[in-house]
Amino acid sequence: MTPMIDIVFQLMAFFIMSLKIVQAEGDFDVRMPLGAAAAAAPDDQLVPPVRVRLSSNPDGSLAGIKMNDSPVSDFEELRKKVINLVGNDSGPNSIADKTEVELDCDYDLRYENVVRAITSVSGKVQGGEIVELIKKIKFTPPKKIN
Amino acid sequence: MARKKSRGPANTDIDMTPMIDMTFQLIAFFMFVINFTEAEQDERIQLPSSQLAKPTEGTIETPITLQLTNSGLVVYAGELVKVSDLRGYLEREKTAMIDADKEPTSATVIVRADGRAKTGEVQDIIKLCQEKGFERFALRAKYDEGH
Repeated sequence: MTPMIDIVFQLMAFFIMSLKIVQAEGDFDVRMPLGAAAAAAPDDQLVPPVRVRLSSNPDGSLAGIKMNDSPVSDFEELRKKVINLVGNDSGPNSIADKTEVELDCDYDLRYENVVRAITSVSGKVQGGEIVELIKKIKFTPPKKIN
Repeated sequence: MARKKSRGPANTDIDMTPMIDMTFQLIAFFMFVINFTEAEQDERIQLPSSQLAKPTEGTIETPITLQLTNSGLVVYAGELVKVSDLRGYLEREKTAMIDADKEPTSATVIVRADGRAKTGEVQDIIKLCQEKGFERFALRAKYDEGH
């Protein structure tokens, strides 16, 4: 019996030691070929792009959000405005599917704000289900090059 | 109360069955939970959280993971490199892909950037990747169940 128990404990020790607790992560898929603006076919551009401007304070915190040049108070309002714009249908050929969001961010802005903005425009959680809004996201070129 | 006198080294056989049952259950549990996939997670990076960042199903074809730290350095294949030095590494990735008969456009660049990093630096990385012909990006975030 003893050899078996030895082996069993060794096995257990091995599995316990090699256990890694991995936090759940997810991706926002962004497709950005170089020179996308010029390459985009005109018939895809039925709906003008939504321009979201995120400005930053010198310390990197968020100073203000603008959607198509009109000020927005917070990310929740941004989501409401996006829902107003694209409606609630999110099928393959819906307005949400054709609309594109262009993020114009200050160089020093903390990246977490960008993720919050993408979260606001790309979907909402309704009753535990994710309802997709705008999926096409692109960035304007970075403003300052170090 | 009268006690039975023990006679020297008694036959002390313990019933091992429950312990072995338990141990096997534990082994089975750890075997299920264990994850051998090389998930590139660096503890230096605190990902921003998002309730829409649901874990992806399936595997990403030819992933290239670039992790941007708070201080503006990139963790590439376990090494800390400057954003400006990334060009050479990306060129190597591109050559490796072409050698393997794959288009750089089919690769996915996984950007694991720290929530406190500068957006401009993330964009610089994306721009460098674009120059090398990569166009699929996955901006990674921590899945946040709350609110």
